[in-house]
Amino acid sequence: MSKIKSLDELKKIREQSKGGTDIRVTGENPDRVVLAVGMATCGIAAGARVTMSTLLDEIDKAGLDNVSVVATGCLGFCYAEPLVEVRTPGREPIRYANVDAARAKEIIDKHVKQGILLDNAIIGKEVPRQ
Amino acid sequence: MSKFRMHILVCGGTGCMSSSSGEIFDVFEKELSANSLSNEVQVIKTGCFGFCEQGPIVKIYPDNVFYVQVKPADVSRIISEHVIKGRTVPDILYKNPESKETVAEHREIPFYHSQLRIALRNCGLINPEEIDDYISVSGYEALGKCLTEISREDVISAVKASGLRGRGGAGVSTGFKWEMAYKSQGDKKYVICNADEGDPGAFMDRSILEGDPHSVLEAMAICGYAIGADEGVIYIRAEYPLAVERLRIAIRQAEEYGLLGDDILGSGFSFHISLSLGAGAFVCGEETALMNSVQGMRGEPRMKPPFPAQAGLWHKPSNVNNVETWANIPPIILKGADWFKSIGTEKSPGTKVFALAGQINNVGLVEVPMGIKLRDIIYKVGGGVRGGKRFKAVQTGGPSGGCIPAELLDLAIDYDSLQSVGSMMGSGGMIVMDETDCMVNIAKYYLEFTVEESCGKCTPCRIGNRRLLEILEKITSGQGTEDDLTELKDLSAAIQDSSLCALGQTAPNPVVSTMKYFWDEYIAHVRDKKCTAGKCTSMLTYKVTDKCIGCTICAKNCPVNAISGSLKSLHSIDPAKCVKCGVCFNKCPKQAIERV
Ligand SMILES: Cc1cc2nc3c(=O)[nH]c(=O)nc-3n(C[C@H](O)[C@H](O)[C@H](O)COP(=O)(O)O)c2cc1C
Ligand code: FES
Repeated sequence: MSKIKSLDELKKIREQSKGGTDIRVTGENPDRVVLAVGMATCGIAAGARVTMSTLLDEIDKAGLDNVSVVATGCLGFCYAEPLVEVRTPGREPIRYANVDAARAKEIIDKHVKQGILLDNAIIGKEVPRQ
Repeated sequence: MSKFRMHILVCGGTGCMSSSSGEIFDVFEKELSANSLSNEVQVIKTGCFGFCEQGPIVKIYPDNVFYVQVKPADVSRIISEHVIKGRTVPDILYKNPESKETVAEHREIPFYHSQLRIALRNCGLINPEEIDDYISVSGYEALGKCLTEISREDVISAVKASGLRGRGGAGVSTGFKWEMAYKSQGDKKYVICNADEGDPGAFMDRSILEGDPHSVLEAMAICGYAIGADEGVIYIRAEYPLAVERLRIAIRQAEEYGLLGDDILGSGFSFHISLSLGAGAFVCGEETALMNSVQGMRGEPRMKPPFPAQAGLWHKPSNVNNVETWANIPPIILKGADWFKSIGTEKSPGTKVFALAGQINNVGLVEVPMGIKLRDIIYKVGGGVRGGKRFKAVQTGGPSGGCIPAELLDLAIDYDSLQSVGSMMGSGGMIVMDETDCMVNIAKYYLEFTVEESCGKCTPCRIGNRRLLEILEKITSGQGTEDDLTELKDLSAAIQDSSLCALGQTAPNPVVSTMKYFWDEYIAHVRDKKCTAGKCTSMLTYKVTDKCIGCTICAKNCPVNAISGSLKSLHSIDPAKCVKCGVCFNKCPKQAIERV
């Protein structure tokens, strides 16, 4: 470890080490948006791991501090995996089908950042969250 | 995956470590690696979550799911179900004792509802052995801000304006003490952290040091800058090995980063911190005794003034603060005095950490805003009295405090309100008593403690408190008279007036407050020779009633053969032989033993 020589340098280290704790800090935020990725056998076989890591990378790149990515069980639409459900507090959850890396990027860019839904990728009727 | 998608936090507080959280941590690491998940999921050992009653605790982010009473054998299910498939493991979730429903999310557990965490903000959130974790939540930025942007005088004004009062007992304004030390002339000054924590049942200071040691180091350095000290000493009892270890690691890491040591952040300000281990005497928590102990002398207090700010450690101006007081400083600097003042009550801003113990469901550590009602702490946060019994009193302030009865449950607590009802804040111990607790016996218990811990330097404390204890022993053994009660009152007043330090001055408080609120119990003991709670055994008599069916169970179980009677006939107890252990009372299948 080399010495930190100024407040600015300290802040830089804070930014670098944020990645170490930010999923905890975000997890405490009651207003966060949760992206649930179907990670049951069907999801994983269809490539949910790539989906998840893309989501995580994009959130990181965009510096979003109110979005969590969680794994969830089978959502019951095995033909449309990988599935991602976007849960925004106070709103009906939205489910997207066949989320590959490109669509994952789009979810972050459009839905999460700008509130624009990807109409062509929404699956089923909006099911209220239990 | 460039970063971990999931963090598994395993409580590394003393409570959970003494169950099996160390092993749980190891099993997680092993099984994650066996499942090739080590790159995706990180396991972190944190400080205490406060809910020690339900330990060992495991918390999972980002889902914010809280597992309780976890066993090493549960780890593989957490991994196969939760980590891999995203399903919670229901049987180790917290179960609401009233609704019997399981609660997954941390913040939905009633225990955490009314809590507001300032001093404990990082406990259970960061890895205390990793300085980068602390820095990532703005650690050391308050120090950086002070050194580069705020003058020494303005630091003191900010602390003064926040209204922060010492959390170690007396509740003196922290800013006022800093100002005194700042104004004191001296070529050398000291900053001291009081981590002696001698109150029985209190463990907030230990938890802060175990869970967030850097916040205390940072705050001490800020104080050093403000008052003009270049050296800090943490006085901590050797019985806190985990806290000592984590402090050592924290000091080393801070020195490596240059956040402690010479020329911090290029500001020219230097500050060094060392540890001084105490042997765990209660009186050594008193600041003048503490300083004597650091100097290698007997841990005896001396008269004040001079105050530590005038002549402290090695006769140099010194500022002593409690661990929890320190932990409040960095947020005050970063968020401002107005923010802090907006929490709590006008005269006692901020929060206080309480250690809940005794006959309460949720034993643990809670941080609540000042001004919260006692009722809310005990029933909402604490989950009510254990076993559905009736609440009788709560003892606050440790051996120097007093007992507060049920009539005062709606008291909004802060320093002044507690004092006005004859108790005190102290370090924040809170021991709940129910109908089976005898208040005379409780007073006796606390006096036994202070008599044992008195250093013996002054006569009122050394001899006076012993006499008080003897009178209480006489009363609880059924030998007391009404004159003894007068004697208790007079002697208490004399000790309070004339003892050298606050240990002696406050030792009679438990007696005075129980006499004030539970006078009837004292009268019952001396006049009727009765202990209504059934605790003072020598006043009890056991009798066999005619419900007896002659099953002989009592006679077989009596340890001193005091019960006679043949099969299927009425038994009887020989009062001369009976030692009043209550075994027969508990064993009788027909409730035929009467206790009066
Ligand atoms: C008998 C006795 C024991 C004490 N024990 C402690 C203790 O364990 N921890 C503590 O911080 N203060 C303790 N105090 C209070 C200290 O003397 C001192 O007031 C306090 O450390 C100042 O810090 P604060 O202003 O931050 O509260 C004790 C006082 C007395 C009289
Ligand atoms: S030690 Fe684990 S919750 Fe307190």
